[in-house]
Order: sequence, then structure tokens, then C-alpha cells
Amino acid sequence: MNSVIQATGYILAHTPDMLVHNGTTQTAERAANPQSEYLQQMPRYLRNYQQAIEYLPNQTYIGNLTPEQLAQIDQPWYDKKAEGAVRFGKFGEIMPQDEFLLLMQSCDVFDLVWLSKTFVECTKPRLSSHPLIGEDILSKIKDGVEQESVERYVHVEHAEPLYHLGELVGFVKRAHDVDINLSAHVMLENLVSKATSVLALLHLIHRAGIDKSAVSYVIDCSEEACGDMNQRGGGNFAKAAAETAGLTNATGCDIRAFCAAPAHALILAASLVSAGTHQNVVVTAGGCTAKLGMNGKDHVKKGIPLLEDVLGGFAVLVSKNDGVNPEIDTFLSGRHTVGTGSSPQAVITALVTEPLDRGGLKITDIDKYSVEMQNPDITKPAGAGDVPLSNYKMIAALAVKRGEIERDEIGAFVEKHGMVGWAPTQGHIPSGVPYLGFACDEILQGKISRAMIIGKGSLFLGRMTNLFDGVSFVLRKNTGAQEECAASEQQIRSMIAKAMREFAENMMREQR
Amino acid sequence: MDLENQKRVKELSDQYGAENVIIVLGAAESEAAGLAAETVTAGDPTFAGPLTGVSLGLRAYHICEDEMKSEVAEQVYEDQVSMMEMVLDVDSIKKEMSAIRSEHCKF
Repeated sequence: MNSVIQATGYILAHTPDMLVHNGTTQTAERAANPQSEYLQQMPRYLRNYQQAIEYLPNQTYIGNLTPEQLAQIDQPWYDKKAEGAVRFGKFGEIMPQDEFLLLMQSCDVFDLVWLSKTFVECTKPRLSSHPLIGEDILSKIKDGVEQESVERYVHVEHAEPLYHLGELVGFVKRAHDVDINLSAHVMLENLVSKATSVLALLHLIHRAGIDKSAVSYVIDCSEEACGDMNQRGGGNFAKAAAETAGLTNATGCDIRAFCAAPAHALILAASLVSAGTHQNVVVTAGGCTAKLGMNGKDHVKKGIPLLEDVLGGFAVLVSKNDGVNPEIDTFLSGRHTVGTGSSPQAVITALVTEPLDRGGLKITDIDKYSVEMQNPDITKPAGAGDVPLSNYKMIAALAVKRGEIERDEIGAFVEKHGMVGWAPTQGHIPSGVPYLGFACDEILQGKISRAMIIGKGSLFLGRMTNLFDGVSFVLRKNTGAQEECAASEQQIRSMIAKAMREFAENMMREQR
Repeated sequence: MDLENQKRVKELSDQYGAENVIIVLGAAESEAAGLAAETVTAGDPTFAGPLTGVSLGLRAYHICEDEMKSEVAEQVYEDQVSMMEMVLDVDSIKKEMSAIRSEHCKF
């Protein structure tokens, strides 16, 4: 029996100072050309917290605006604002940087994150009023250190500086003297990933309304690696985040597959639940500092604000079929295999039409496709085009080739079965999963019956293979079927007797 | 263009001679195709990679341009590229590529 998606949680953390100091576009530029025009101009293009809150795609990510409503608003979106926008949304929240730094410290169990006394005094009261952050997390926030200590660690002890509004407010210490996998830089990236994952988990549990102890397994599908020099990607972000979020009854593991990892993880979670191994599995992922401001040079060149200033996170609860919530249909799961080939045509065939053919469905039988839901406001000025739109056109073109629609219906297909993108360019974050929250709502409301979630990943970036990767699955309306009861001994006997009778009758007919 | 790819293009051009190298692009946007073509002809316009200030002047074509299309077996093109051809703005890609070639191509 299929498992269901019981709840979702989506969060953003607005971290403009991390964009400046930790985004790889900026750190590479600073190393190669410290006096560059881009670095000098950049501060003028940073957004403040209020602007990040009012940004229409961000409001969509946390569920205050539907993709349909966003599509009604003409692009670009960066010069418009969501009136009356608020921090908290239906699916989660947009956390400000100062509170996020405190949350990050509470996620650190090795005394690596330190913040200045004044900063902590100023920020802690606000985090304390957060509806989902309890004493278990707040009690891990340290009182703070003197500013001289912060300066010394940053300038003498190879610590990674932490800034807020341009001011040095803390640091992340290195966790080992010589191990580069435990350097301050890596520890910062990993703690950021963990903290965003924790925040997503807190929202998920709140929305699901279940007891934290009901979760028995957590799968992390972000793109970071934690470990030391003897086991660089040893893991395990999942269990680490589950610990901070209070999921005391859970264990878990990390699944890595670049941007395809969330879809892989959801299929695995669904299978674990369907098999009866676990009843409640959470798939979670935190955000990535390296990708902050990734397309910043193009944005600044075109006079656009630095839109990649938020870290993303999400969490999904996959549970035993309750007869109500949308089902993950793993039978209708697509795979890009080693032999598939890398042309877009081969990829879309493997991910979309192969599973649909298996289920006797047409491309048009899927109401909505969720692909790489990158926000076009970010990608278009960077020359990467409108990523979801390109994906929808490819699916439509395949439908034309299969004779399911006419060529002049491509536009109408894209409009009906596609969506505009709204997710930040955080790799795995936009990959198919941003729509799950809306998809569950729309299926439960009867607006749609089936959605296909597609995750694609660029494996070649790791230089282990030239291959591409991708998996897909269908989320569909619950059939209302309840768990089948095991057949009784009497029922089995009567089934065997019936089969024997039919067999004997057939034989007698053939002999005649 | 990816810095590693720039390095590979430069090494292959050094090894076989720029006149013997043809670059085949598959970018989905004319701007991206143009940027890649510019990189392997005039040099890296972002001044970040190994082709910065290196004008190889290579012949660069997009797979949907007629010169390339005619080199590919019809069935292979049908199976691998025809779907994309349907969704790309092929005219704009052709225009961009031929503009870059006429300005910077040396062969």
C-alpha cells in the first residue's frame, strides 16, 4: 500500500552578510581580485530583511501566496512587493539573520560558534518569543564573549567570522588544527545546513501536529558533507538535526545525489513506510551558504538587487496510508539510468513518459508537473533563462512527438500543466519539492488529482562520472483504500480449493 | 563557461591545433550559447578562466545549426535533438552564433 505525505514545512533564512562573506562567487572574487568593481558595488545591492520578506517569490515559498497567484503578477518581481507581507507563512517562515545566528549556535554541540555579548543580549529576547523555539533550544545559547575575543579568534586563530549588518558579531572556530574537513569554513557551512534543517523540522512537526517521538527515521538530502579527514562524507546531518529538533525516537541517514537527492529521498522514504519498516519518515534538507549570491555579478551588472540572499530549507513527513492524504505512487516512479543517455530528450523520456506508460497514463493525465522550480527573477538576468518554463516546454514537445497534443498547443500545455518558479537557487531546494505543500492542498481540495515531482542532478560536478541523474514519482489523490487485512487460514484454503477446481475443470474441458 | 571546460578546450587546441578543433554547443538560450562561443573564440568575457585574453578563434556551432544538423544521422537527430529543437528559439541561436563566428572565428 502506498504511503502518504502527511505534512510539509518550508523555511528561509535571510542572510545577506553570509552572501558577502561566504558565497563562493564572492569569496573567489575576493581571492582573485580584491579591488574588483563588483565587490565595491555589491553592498549597495543587498536587500534588508523587510525587503526579503516582501519579495513575492519568498512569500510563495513559505505558502502565503500560491504559485497561481504569483503567476498573475508580471515579471520581474524584484521591483514589486507583497503588500502586508509577514514573517510567518502557512508552511513556515523567513527568519532574520541575527536570530538565525543564535539558532546556529544552539545547533552547535562542540563549542565552535561564539557570539559577542552585546549581540546575544540584543537578539536573544526576540528569538525567545519565537512560537516554535522552546527552552530546550534557547538554553543552548551562550551568554556571549567580549568583542576583543571575537577579533582575536578571527585574526589569530583562523576562525570564520560571522557578521550582521556589516558588523563582526561572532565567529566559528575550527574544529581541528590540521584537518581541512573540520576547518572553520567547513564547520560554518555544515552548521548552517544543520540549523536550517532544524528550523524546517520544527515547522514540519508543528504543522503535522504529531508527537515528536512518533518519527522513527529522518533522511537528510542536502548537498553538504560532514566528516573528518579519514571519512570526509561520513555523515550524519539527519540524526544531528533530529537531535536538536527533539526527535528523540529517530535515527536516520544522509542521501546524496546533488539536486536529485530530495526526490531520491522521498521515494526511499515512501518505500520504507510502504514496506512497514517505519511508520513516519521525515525527509529534510538545510540550505547552502556557498550558493548565496551565486549569480551576483550578473545581478549587479544589470542593476538588480542581490536576490540570492536567503538560505532555504524544507521537511516532509511521509506516513502510513491514512486513507486521506495524497499518496506517493512509487509504481509510477521514473529513473534516469546509467544507460539512458544525456540528451534532454532521453532524460525527459526516462523521467516522464516511461513511468506514465507503465501506468497506462498520458502526459496530459498529470495535472501539474513540478520540475526545477528556480525563480526566473534570479536566473533570467544571469543568462540561464526561465528554468521551469524550459522544462515544461520539453515535456510539451515530447507530448507533441507522441501525438498527445498538437504543436500549436505547447503554450496552452505549459500554462495548464506548469507553474512559474519561486524557489531560491539553492540547488536541491528548488528541485521538484517546493510544490509538495501546495500539491497536497490542491489534491485535498479536489483541484488536481495527480502531480509529478521530478528531481534532476548534475553528477558530473563531482568529477566521478560524466553522467547526469534524475528520478521522479507521482503524487496522487488518496484512493481511500485501507490497509488490507492478512487473509485468514480459512480464506487461503478456500482460495486454493477454488483455484484447484478451476484447474481441474480446464483440464477436463481440454480432454473433451 | 565552466573554468575546467575552458582548460580542456585550451589543452585540446594546444595538442591538436586550433584549426583542427570544432566546438559543438547545446545551450538552451542564445545568450548562453553566445557566451560559450565568445569564450572559445575571443576569450573569456568574464575574465575568470584560463581563456582570459586567449583568442583561440575556434569554429563554434550549436547542434541545431544546419551545418551541424547535416553532419548527424537523421534518426539519431530525431531521437536525441528533435524534441529540443521544437522548444528552442533556434532562429535567435543561429543569429547569435553566426554573429560571433563572423566577428571572432579565425578559421
